[in-house]
Order: sequence, then C-alpha cells, then structure tokens
Amino acid sequence: MTDLERRQDRAPVPSGWDYAPAPEARDIVTLEERYGLYIGGELVEPKSGEYFPTVSPASEEVLAEVGQAGPEDVDLAVQAARDAYDNGWSAISPAERAKYLFRIARILQERSREFAVLESLNGGKPIKESRDVDLPLAAAHFFYYAGWADKLEYAFPHRRPRSVGVAGQIIPWNFPLLMLAWKIAPALAGGNTVVLKPAETTPLSALLFADVLRQAELPPGVVNIVTGDGRAGAELVKHPDVDKIAFTGSTEVGKAIQRELAGTGKRLTLELGGKAANIIFDDAALDQAVEGIVNGIYFNQGHVCCAGSRLLVQESIYEPVIEKLKRRLTTLRVGDPLDKNTDVGAINSKQQLEKIEELVRSGEEEGADIYQPPCRLPEKGWWFVPTVFTNVAQSYRIAQEEIFGPVLSVLTFRTPDEAVEKANNTPYGLSAGVWTEKGSRILSMASRLEAGVVWANTYNRFDPTSPFGGYKESGFGREGGLHGLEPYLDLEESEVRG
Amino acid sequence: MAKAPALPSGFELPLEPRLPRIGSIDQVAVEERAASLARRSIKREAKLFALDLAVRMMDLTTLEGQDTPGKIAALTSKAIRPDPSDASVPSVAAVCVYPNLVPAAVDRVRGSSVKVASVATAFPSGQSSTAVKVTEVREVVDMGADEVDMVIDRGAFLSGRYAKVYDEIVQVKEACGDAHLKVILEVGELGTYDNVRRASLLAMAAGADFIKTSTGKLPQAATLPVTLVMLEAIRDVHEETGRKVGMKPAGGIRQAKQAVQYLVQLHETLGIEWLTPDLYRLGASTLLNDVLMQIRKEKTGNYQSPDYFTID
Repeated sequence: MTDLERRQDRAPVPSGWDYAPAPEARDIVTLEERYGLYIGGELVEPKSGEYFPTVSPASEEVLAEVGQAGPEDVDLAVQAARDAYDNGWSAISPAERAKYLFRIARILQERSREFAVLESLNGGKPIKESRDVDLPLAAAHFFYYAGWADKLEYAFPHRRPRSVGVAGQIIPWNFPLLMLAWKIAPALAGGNTVVLKPAETTPLSALLFADVLRQAELPPGVVNIVTGDGRAGAELVKHPDVDKIAFTGSTEVGKAIQRELAGTGKRLTLELGGKAANIIFDDAALDQAVEGIVNGIYFNQGHVCCAGSRLLVQESIYEPVIEKLKRRLTTLRVGDPLDKNTDVGAINSKQQLEKIEELVRSGEEEGADIYQPPCRLPEKGWWFVPTVFTNVAQSYRIAQEEIFGPVLSVLTFRTPDEAVEKANNTPYGLSAGVWTEKGSRILSMASRLEAGVVWANTYNRFDPTSPFGGYKESGFGREGGLHGLEPYLDLEESEVRG
Repeated sequence: MAKAPALPSGFELPLEPRLPRIGSIDQVAVEERAASLARRSIKREAKLFALDLAVRMMDLTTLEGQDTPGKIAALTSKAIRPDPSDASVPSVAAVCVYPNLVPAAVDRVRGSSVKVASVATAFPSGQSSTAVKVTEVREVVDMGADEVDMVIDRGAFLSGRYAKVYDEIVQVKEACGDAHLKVILEVGELGTYDNVRRASLLAMAAGADFIKTSTGKLPQAATLPVTLVMLEAIRDVHEETGRKVGMKPAGGIRQAKQAVQYLVQLHETLGIEWLTPDLYRLGASTLLNDVLMQIRKEKTGNYQSPDYFTID
C-alpha cells in the first residue's frame, strides 16, 4: 500500500456534520437595568411606582426591569399625545410629516442589526427571521407610509382626508417591532398622535424605538410608549380622550375591547386570531408545497396569527406529502435564537408554552396521531418541538382552536368544494394558502375562501403595499396598503368634485 | 424500453400517485429555498469538514482545445497531491478530460486513488448520431476511463422526443460496462426547472449513475436552485426505488464559499448518506486553489498569498 492509499483510507468517513455554533454577537445591544415609560419625549418613572422584569425566553435570564403603567401614567401619556396633536403635529405640513417617517425608516435600517438582536433576545425568535423578515419589513412600512403622508388627497379622491386625533394602539408579542411599525407608521402619516402599549413579554424593542424617535427628532408627545400588562391596555382602551383604538391580539381580548367601546364613538380596528387552512392540491409542486407548509406553521415558532395551522391535503397525495413533511421536519434546527443557523427558536413565554402543551395533550387524547422529529432541546428556557398531528378530525380542538405554536393539524379533502367547505368551517377568517399549478383554480379558490389574505404557492409573505386583516372572528379593518390608512383618517366627502 | 409494452388492448398509463411523478417545480419557491439554505453560517470545524469533503469530491477538470499531455501531467499531479506542503489534504476524486487525453491521464494517476473521467458523446453539443456517441464511449472505456460524462441530446429533448433521449442513455450506459456514467443535462439549455426535473428523472430511469448539471461550456451553468431541483428528483427516485443516484454540479463553482453552500444544500436535502465522493462530485477547474487557501486559513488562522498555491 502506498502512502497515498493509506492516506485515502484514513480520510474521515462522515458520520455526521454538526454545524459549529454561529451566534450573532449580542454586545451590539446595550440594555439599561431599568426602563421607565416614554411619555412626552422622555423616559419617565411610572407614577405607579411598579416595575416588572422582562426576560429572554431562551434562557429565562432577566434582561431589564420595565415600568408598569398605571391609570395615572396612561392618562399622562394620552395628555401628552393630545397636546402634541393640538399644538403642532396635526397642523404641520404633510411633507414635514413624511420627512420624519422617512427619517425613522432610515434609522431603523441603519440600526437593524441592533434591533434584530434585541428582538431575538427578548422574543425568542431566530435571528435569521428578525434579521431577514422583521427588520426589513418594519423599515419598509415606514418608507411606504412616508410616501403617502403628503398624497392623501390622491389616495382618497373626492374626499377630504383629515386626521382623527389620538390613537391608542395595543400590539402583541409575536412581531413586537413589526407590529409597532404597522401601527405607528399609518397613524403618523395620517397626522395622528399615538399612545402605544407593547406586549407585556416583549417591551424592549419598543423602548429602543423610543431612542430612534429621539434620533429622528420627532416632536415630543407625538409617540408615547406605555409598557405593562393587560391592565395598562385596559386603561388605554377606556380612556375618554382616545379617538381610535387599534388592537392586535387574541380574539377573547378583542371581543372584550369591542364590548367596552360600544356606544363610545371611538373608532376600532381589531386584528385577532386565526386558524388558517393551507390547501395542497394534487397537482401542486410537491417539494415547494412542503416548504410552504413548513414556513406556514413553523415560522416564528407558529406564533403567527395567520399561520397555516390546518393543513388540508388532497387525499390522493396524502402519503407522499406527509412523508416529505416528516423528513423535512428532521432537518429543522431548534435552539438558540441568536444562532444564525437556528430555524425554530424559543416559545415566547411560559404561559404560552403551557397553552400549547395543553392543546397538544388534548389532540392526543382525542385520538390524533402525533409526530415529532428527534430533537435536543436546551435545558433552560421554554421550548416546544415542531409537531405534526395526522388523523385529525374537523371536530378536534386542535383543528378548531388557535394553538399559536409550532403545531400542525393535518386533514384531508377529496374535491375543491370540500376543501372550500372545510377551510371556511371555522369562526376565524384571517388567511389561507392554496397550492396548485392550475391558475384558474387559484383564482376560484381565492374568491371562495373567507379569508382576508389568500396566498397562492407561497405562505407568510408580507408587503407594506398589501392590506392585511380578517373576516369573522379574526377581526375587522385592514393594515397595510391604502386600506391601512383609512382607520386613521376622517374621510368626509369633499365639496369640490374633481 | 422506451415504448410502452404491447397490451392486449388499451395503453399504458401510470395508475398510482407514486413518486417519482414528473410533477412540476415552482420557480419562486425553489429559488427561495435554495437562497435560504445558502445563508447557513458554517464555521470552524464544520467548515474544515466541508472543505476537506469538497476536495475529496472534486472532479478536477480541463476541457480545452489546447490541452496537451503536459497539461494533463500537471493536472494529475495536483489532483493526487493538491497541497504538497500539507499531507493531510486528501486527493481529489477524479480528473475530467477529453477523450484524446485519457491515456495520458490514466498513465499519470496509476497507483493513486484518483479516477479518470472522460467526457464523451460528442461533448459538449451532443449533436452526432447515437452510433458515433456509443463508439466514442467504448473507446474511452477501452483506454481506461473509470467514468464517462455524457451529454443528453437537448435537440431531441426540447422537441419532445424523450424516447430518443432515453434510448441513447440506455445504449451509452451499456457501452460503459463497469465505468460509471454521469449524464449531463446542460440545464442552461433546458430553460425551465420543470424541464430540469423531467430530464433528471429521464436520465435516472435510463440508468444514470450520476446526473450532472452542465458542460461548463455555457455561461449558465450550475446554480444552487437548479441543483436543488435535481437533488429532489434524486430523493424521489431513492424513496420510490431505493436506488441511490449521484449528483454533480459543474461550472461556475469557483469559490470555497460556494462549495460549502452546495454541500449544505446536499446535507439538508439528501442527508449524511450522500456526503461521499461516491454520490456527489463538484466539477470545477479553478475551485481547488481557493479551497486549499481556506483550509490553510482555518488551520493557521491566516490567509496566505496565492503565490503559495501552485497554478497548474
């Protein structure tokens, strides 16, 4: 045997290829020990005197303490917003408003790595998603609405668009900064001022955003940020000097808000839960459809209101689709949100993890078959293995209720009519997906599905130009696009007709 | 084989929704998936593993009108011992040459693990008669080529004469005897991912041991999405028949970083079983030195001047 042959013999036989950890550096983010409320352009101590810890869901490490806004604090924030509205913001030229928005958008782009790291740290989402999805889209929303700010008359012909006043905005924890952008950008473009209440578990990116506002030299009081749990949100909703409430969150809370606001004349838009059907026809491009299924439900740990949580597969291709899906699941990398190779991060909170676990137990008890790929989870923090339920009946809780986690329920159908019937058979109506190579079928499905968004041969794709919102118990009102301006404008008919 | 068997009445029709179905490819989605896999961050020992594997999987190629036995001598030396200063760097998988240079290459690699691959079948256009192609294949195998890289008849494929393409591959495979057959689809001329998938399945059905993207003679050569489409076809064939077919992207892979991206894609599509030169090759003429430079950088922590790597 020559040297060379020996060397070839010793060549490593691959038994596995573990990717070395590739963590995004955390030191780009500087955190304060304690954050007050952002009112009138300054971070102030809460009058309530209360603070609460905010943690990293991947490690349970306390990141900072954050103020709990009490009734007095919310009142001060609304007053600050009212003052700013009355004393300048509603009257400055629309082109000036646009400048501020453009400035905010650019600063977000410049500081995007910092925000992405913070978003993953506080929320648990994979850095590749906060880096490639949340941040670019948040900046894009500000750019988009900046463009409309001085063109409102063109946006709504024959109307005289005027601002509404003070907007109270309550956002969820699944896309903290992006939801902030969805709310704040159209409100400011329309000439309104804002009191924003971030989610209890993910307040940090909103507080860092306050620094962006300072950098952009936005006049004090135009945007105020009050952190805290549901009590702070409730105070904001019932405050008499708020003209408009925008809420994104659970259907349960949405209903309570609507009851609270009945008869008050306040404007309201709600973006609530979903139980979207992702429908795979037998002529679909299968491997890409499987990617779409994975992206539909495991994106952001399934903490997505429009997640494709109900998979409807045409029975004739059920087996290959499930085989391919299970195989694909084994390649998902669950773990440290700051690792650039992580596909699925941490569950946002202990409470949410418990809710997921409870629903998954119910699925097993009701008789569905569970599949989870082999997966090593970190010891600390809150985690849930990507899960698929097969043999699910339409009547099971896992087919009816929003799980808001990485759990997919698979059902089958035989004909397009049955697919439509099953897809629409839910109290929700936020989104749906259709996978087929047949263009005419895409169009017919899109017109028959009762869902605010229907994706064809893709899923979870967002764009600031496209309106987003629900049917039925998924809410009302639209965010994004031209439609997203309407809730923030008084659209009185103009006397002068063009 | 290409014709449906004569039935008493009626005609042959696939009756089950089995894999591999011809199916179709969604262009936007497949490109997105390929791009997302390319964003994996491969560092340190994981990177070194990939770079070492890339060397072992390389088909070091020269396909020029100006190739001479002298050139082949230089190429084979490099193939056998890519980095004379580092004995832990393995040999490449094969050298890939024109038929006329097979004897020179065979002579030079003797005693090493490096295989000799020869292009054949009127490479690169494939525009000759089947008889000429088969004769050429027999000749290169007789001269000692271990592997044959054939081109499909794109003229026949694009005009819908799939049976012609299929028959030709069957005949070439027969002429190969024990030599391994790589079937080049020349994806740059096929126009759509649907066609790439169809041609991949056709080649595998006809007996290809490997399917290969390109001749390297066109500006549009291997890309990550096109390779992904072919890997998925290979996966479907494996799932349905148990047969393991190899993959060879070729053309346009010049940097170590790209090679790592191709290997990540392979790893996450076909799994660890395919991470072997028996089932995956990288066809390249200029990639090797960049890989060597990166290997030395990973080992020493420093980049070294290109002057330290031989140009062959």
